[in-house]
Amino acid sequence: MRRSTMARVATGAVLALALVGCGTSSGDDDGGGSGATGSEEQGGFTAPDIPMAESLGDNEGSLSVLAWPGYAEDGSTDKSVDWVTPFEEETGCQVEVKYFGTSDEAVSLMKTGQYDVVSASGDASLRLIAGGDVAPVNTDLIDNYADVWPFLKDRDWNSVDGQMYGVPHGYGANLLMYNTDEVDPAPTSWSSVFDDAGTYSGKVTSYDSPIYIADAALYLMNTQPDLGIKDPYALDADQLAAAVDLLKAQREHVGEYWSDYLKETQAFKTGDSVIGTTWQVIANLAQSEGATVEAFLPDEGSTGWSDTWMVGSKTEHPNCAYAWMNHIVSPEANAAVAEWFGEAPANQKACDLTSDGFCESYHAGDEAYAEKIHYWTTPIEQCLDGRTDVQCTTYQDWTQAWTEIKG
Amino acid sequence: MAQQHPPPGGGAALRSGVLHRHPRLRLGLLLGPPMLWLGVLYLGSLAALFITSLWSVDAFGGNIERIWNLDNYRDLFTLDVYRTITVRTLLIAASVTVIDAVLAFPVALYMAKVASPRLQRILVIAVLTPLWASYLVKAYAWRGMFASGGPLDSVGISPGYGLAATVLTLSYLWLPYMILPMYAGLERLPSSLIEASADLGAGTATTMRRVVLPVLFPAAVAGSIFTFSLTLGDYIAVKIVGGANQMLGNVVYDSFLTGNNLPFAAAVATIPVAAMLVYLAAVRRTGALDSL
Amino acid sequence: MTFSPATRALLRAFTGLVLLFVYAPLALVVLNSFNTSRTFEWPPPGFTTRWWSAAVESDGARNAIVVSLEVAVMATVIALVLGTMAALALQRFRFFGRDTVSLLIILPIALPGVVTGIALANAFLTMFGIQLGMLTLVVSHATFCIVTVFNNAIARLRRLGGNLEEASMDLGAGTFRTFWSITLPMMRSALLAGALLSFALSFDEIIVTTFTAGQGIQTLPIWIYQNLFRPNQAPVVNVVAAALIVLSVVPIWISQKLAGTDESVAAAR
Repeated sequence: MRRSTMARVATGAVLALALVGCGTSSGDDDGGGSGATGSEEQGGFTAPDIPMAESLGDNEGSLSVLAWPGYAEDGSTDKSVDWVTPFEEETGCQVEVKYFGTSDEAVSLMKTGQYDVVSASGDASLRLIAGGDVAPVNTDLIDNYADVWPFLKDRDWNSVDGQMYGVPHGYGANLLMYNTDEVDPAPTSWSSVFDDAGTYSGKVTSYDSPIYIADAALYLMNTQPDLGIKDPYALDADQLAAAVDLLKAQREHVGEYWSDYLKETQAFKTGDSVIGTTWQVIANLAQSEGATVEAFLPDEGSTGWSDTWMVGSKTEHPNCAYAWMNHIVSPEANAAVAEWFGEAPANQKACDLTSDGFCESYHAGDEAYAEKIHYWTTPIEQCLDGRTDVQCTTYQDWTQAWTEIKG
Repeated sequence: MAQQHPPPGGGAALRSGVLHRHPRLRLGLLLGPPMLWLGVLYLGSLAALFITSLWSVDAFGGNIERIWNLDNYRDLFTLDVYRTITVRTLLIAASVTVIDAVLAFPVALYMAKVASPRLQRILVIAVLTPLWASYLVKAYAWRGMFASGGPLDSVGISPGYGLAATVLTLSYLWLPYMILPMYAGLERLPSSLIEASADLGAGTATTMRRVVLPVLFPAAVAGSIFTFSLTLGDYIAVKIVGGANQMLGNVVYDSFLTGNNLPFAAAVATIPVAAMLVYLAAVRRTGALDSL
Repeated sequence: MTFSPATRALLRAFTGLVLLFVYAPLALVVLNSFNTSRTFEWPPPGFTTRWWSAAVESDGARNAIVVSLEVAVMATVIALVLGTMAALALQRFRFFGRDTVSLLIILPIALPGVVTGIALANAFLTMFGIQLGMLTLVVSHATFCIVTVFNNAIARLRRLGGNLEEASMDLGAGTFRTFWSITLPMMRSALLAGALLSFALSFDEIIVTTFTAGQGIQTLPIWIYQNLFRPNQAPVVNVVAAALIVLSVVPIWISQKLAGTDESVAAAR
């Protein structure tokens, strides 16, 4: 009987081998979209050939949304904050929202093909395009697209060869948050979490994603110019090593890395974290919970995000998807999201609807300011700063480095 | 061929008669479906995962390139950080197991040998109930306990977030899995043996050592299989109370989710699998697998 | 009786302390379900029942509980069938490779959940090409639940011996009749205990579920995972957990009653 049991097990294994050999995993025979070819294109790759919608039909009745928390509020977080229900009533598309904490999660969730639209930051969008997970967007079909700030259109992270892959949603910067009771004097620069992180050792917090390496690179860009860093997302091996060293030094003083809201809010409330990177929405939440915190953008500038709503390539609800994209950049919805999340809206007309001083404080429409933010972009082999004499490190390299940094 | 009268009772009796005469067939029918399920589905998927670890992803981290290579394993063995994380995880798993064994033994002994039958039943319920409280909620409750200014800190004994907190939380979460096998094992030990030992003049310590422990050991090992394996693969508790630390489970989960790097995640996954297989092989001899 | 009074007092005190250790965080959960602060501030700045009313109205929680119950029941049924079959095979027959088979049964629960989850998800998606959903989830849960039923069943079978079954067959009952009328009733309480533990395992499982449930299915642990970080939902999660703790005493108590005191050994596993 032993032989037959072993034989059964062996057969199972062989079957598995055979099946795996035959089975495919996520389209590795897409038309050269894997970055191995086409180094002369902008962004360094050729986008796979995915059809674009030419016209709109009737709404399908449902929509699956993959969003940053705070981007698709339906009244359940705060009854007065809701732009999903009006959309559902207007279009008949019933919305189901799923949240993610990092761009990495967004990319792997989109790969399942089960979401119709996704709010992708610049470090996710190129990966999605290259992987064939999102389709080009026919902006002629979206009425409100015309009112989007021109400097947000046809950028490196949301278009390829002049073809838009989504609708700009809004943009904002990563801020430095600190506990006003515990941190004295008030910080003015990112040095408080890098070179001077030892002052509050054990209570520093940073964003838990490899993309945070760009923050270190930005800091080095300002403090160590002889490293030659021009773009925090274009790092060759030496520059990456310098950033990694800086982050390993910071690691000694980090109490926690955060990737979900409640963790960071709680940590600042209890005093387990007193200084670190944050988003405006978290600072607002912490303040509403009674935490004594302030968040600001240091003079040296910061990394940030410019998000794009993209359509899944395998979507079964394209009309609802386009309806959603049109809705979310409409002046009303865009203004509501911007105020709730704490970012500059993409639609110029939204500033007529936001509260006084809001758009000014977020520098909405200020092209010069917007250029100072170093938006999340996927690091790729072809250096994004234009250098051709070296090869830059890829996101895969950054991911491995991140594990090393955390130790 | 001689005419055979079908047995009375018709078809069912005929089938049962056939089965009765062919024990091998019975065994095959009984063992077939579970083995198919576990052998083909489960083992097959493990094999597929292992094969995937021999491939790699493209630079964008999207699609798997079916080029056979050992790069993933080379990275695992040459980069120090993975060794550090593996050792750390193994140490945490060992600590959790020891702590749980130490906590569980007196409780199991009390439940099995000292408590009255009615109290026994209440205690069993008391030990089983926490299993129904959500893992996540329990972990977050501990986050609250360890927070600055939280219940533990206000009496000065909070270690804060970190490895100690992780070990404590994991020990807490897996404690019922250690108590139950120990209780079952001790329950099977006849009280008469303990009495006999006392009659022969052995003190409590000697009785423990010569009578109780040999019965307890397989049960403790059985419980340790749970605590060890659950800790080796855990990635949630350490993110909630572990501060900036990471364990092996985090590396697997992160590679899969962050880098979209299934091949590398699969390679890292072979570490805990190998560890558990070694452990299981080692404990087979102690008879622990029978007292699970 | 068998231990000195000092030893017994010591054991009693220790058990009390351990139980305190076990239930303190659970008490905190219940306390926080009344906490006015959304981030579970300590000490609680005030008490409110609004989270409880929100929980009662919460569709998400209710649906998630129903889904979890469905998955757990289906997985337990499959585990009962397969686990009993395997136990009968291993206990009643002698064949080489028995050890390998029992190892194979333990494997899904002995290997870390993240490995099982990724392996099965990968298998479903690439080998079988099916979408992740209810089917894949139930199959995954059943896979690691088999062992709990198997353990209880085989322990009981060992203790029963084969005499009654032999007698039944000597009296003319066929294989199925014997199984149905003799073996099954004797195993009933062990199977019940195994089923209960299998149910508990499946109900609270988060790691394998994360990988194999797909995006449409929201079991209770998934719902908790997704809501614990949303400020207005986190307290509701606490309420649901607190309610579950209290309610779960009932089925456990029932199973203990049915198992009987001397069988509480097998039942406890």
